[in-house]
Amino acid sequence: MKILVAVKRVLDYNVKARVNSEGTGIDLANVKMSMNPFDEIAVEEALRIKEAGKADEVIAVSMGVSQSQETIRTALAMGADRGILVETDAELQPLAVAKLLAAIAAREEPGLVIVGKQAIDDDSNQTGQMFAALMDWPQATFASSVEIDGEQMKISREVDGGMESLSMSLPALITTDLRLNEPRYAKLPNIMKAKKKPLDVMSPEDLEVDISSRLKTLKVEEPEQRKAGEIVGSVAELVDKLKNEAKVI
Amino acid sequence: MKYEVEHPEIRENVAKLCADFPGEYWRKCDREQAYPTEFVQALTEAGFLGVLIPEEYGGSGLPISAACAILEEVHRNGCNAAACHAQMYTMGTVLRHGSEEQKQRYLPGIADGSLRLQAFGVTEPTSGTDTTALRTTARLEGDQYRVNGQKIWTSRAEHSDLMLLLCRTTPRDQVAKKTDGLSVMLVDMREVRGKSLTIRPIRTMMNHATTEVFFDDMPVPKDSLIGEEGKGFRYILSGMNAERILISAECVGDAKWFIEKAAAYAGERSVFNRPIGQNQGIQFPIAQAYSQMRSSELMLREAIRLYEMGENPGEEANLAKMQCADASWAAAEACVQTHGGFGFAEEYDIERKFREARLYQVAPISTNLILSYVAEHVLGLPRSY
Repeated sequence: MKILVAVKRVLDYNVKARVNSEGTGIDLANVKMSMNPFDEIAVEEALRIKEAGKADEVIAVSMGVSQSQETIRTALAMGADRGILVETDAELQPLAVAKLLAAIAAREEPGLVIVGKQAIDDDSNQTGQMFAALMDWPQATFASSVEIDGEQMKISREVDGGMESLSMSLPALITTDLRLNEPRYAKLPNIMKAKKKPLDVMSPEDLEVDISSRLKTLKVEEPEQRKAGEIVGSVAELVDKLKNEAKVI
Repeated sequence: MKYEVEHPEIRENVAKLCADFPGEYWRKCDREQAYPTEFVQALTEAGFLGVLIPEEYGGSGLPISAACAILEEVHRNGCNAAACHAQMYTMGTVLRHGSEEQKQRYLPGIADGSLRLQAFGVTEPTSGTDTTALRTTARLEGDQYRVNGQKIWTSRAEHSDLMLLLCRTTPRDQVAKKTDGLSVMLVDMREVRGKSLTIRPIRTMMNHATTEVFFDDMPVPKDSLIGEEGKGFRYILSGMNAERILISAECVGDAKWFIEKAAAYAGERSVFNRPIGQNQGIQFPIAQAYSQMRSSELMLREAIRLYEMGENPGEEANLAKMQCADASWAAAEACVQTHGGFGFAEEYDIERKFREARLYQVAPISTNLILSYVAEHVLGLPRSY
């Protein structure tokens, strides 16, 4: 079985995001970019499934600018076998990504596709679901444990009331939750090997996918500065302020 | 802050590894003067300490810039590589001057960490940097040497299986030049420790696992000699540039850690209803330290460039070491000053890093000796010592 993992290049989680001067997006000039943390979890899960002997190949896929190759190399250094980059400078919205991923899945015929539940830049949380719908596959989102048994898999998800257990048949899609696993760091010999692993670059046109945007970003602005809090002397004062000043109760 | 860097993929993974060893871990080691075994093991298992060993002997065979990237990143992320950096480069003497048989015997184990070669016996209580005056002797008796004498400031001796030892095999008054008659041998300490080899730890102002070592008629097999007898001093010198360059990278990493800490704190700490970093009295020392760090980093890159071209960057490696150590010390000073009282509190890690950073003004070569080297060998002035 092949496993396809999607990895996105995003602003590093340690970097403080700043709106660009035109107010059209986040300023990405000269800032550190990394693999989306949820995608690292996806790569790790795919590798664990392979190491357990339940998959033969892990393919890391990314879409976007040429530098996304670095993100794919990170996945290859962790242990993925090969990479595919769909290179474009165009803005990619979740539907376009889902369609591109579906086009690659049609070529590669993976038994399982794992993606992060969301990317930490736009927090869309849509790609996985859209992909499953396009493929007409079963899906389990926000997986916090994954168990494969032959053609079947069991997934637990953290929901408000507790844990939900799902069972579905392969091929299927999973999106990863934060607590699914702790991703490994790459060892030096594997970092070196990753440079020699195959990485195919193609364009959206090669896959005959229409990636045009369906949504338009009108404006991006910094959130309002948080105001300092206030310490109240008693419960009565708190209730009074909530009622008459904040007007929330 | 963003720096143009080499080996980004190595840096990224070193940083991830370091994230498993937060300040709390280092504070505990520091308090107990304990060896950071778990950290060293993680670096070993990830193959980072075998970076410079050629692939044919089980390492990664990467250039020194990769080793610098690893060490800089360790220090930049608040960790300390002093407990194990010598595992990276002490083997260089064996690699350059050892026989093929010795390389086959030792290097694969050093590359995978099963054999630790991170102790280097050079300095003695009576000779210090005047290396050729050392008094430890080795006398050939049949198929083995008998070693007598003493070394001091031998770091990590308790955490090493092998020791690279410099000792005199021909008395100083019987050689044409005082640099002759010194030999290098690879001592397997596992065989002799507790018998003819005694290791005594020296407690210092920071957690550094340094020791003094005593040899009492210690037997060393003849085939442990590296290269030719009597030429050891030259073999040792050829490894000095690498050591200076690697230590410089650690200093740059320390400087970045201090500067990032200081800038972050200055930006968020509010006194008199505004961030203290709004005051030039706070900003300028940090900006100054940043400027100093960047220039020292450039000198380091120049030393690396020449080293990787196969040149002898004696001048550049020395200058890089001096400037990088000065930069990390200036950054340490700015960081403590920015933090005020909190800079002294253990839980901020600054006082610990401050103590650790001080070492590189003195080791592996003191700043005065670098200045003497520049005066004599670069400027052509009379030798001062």
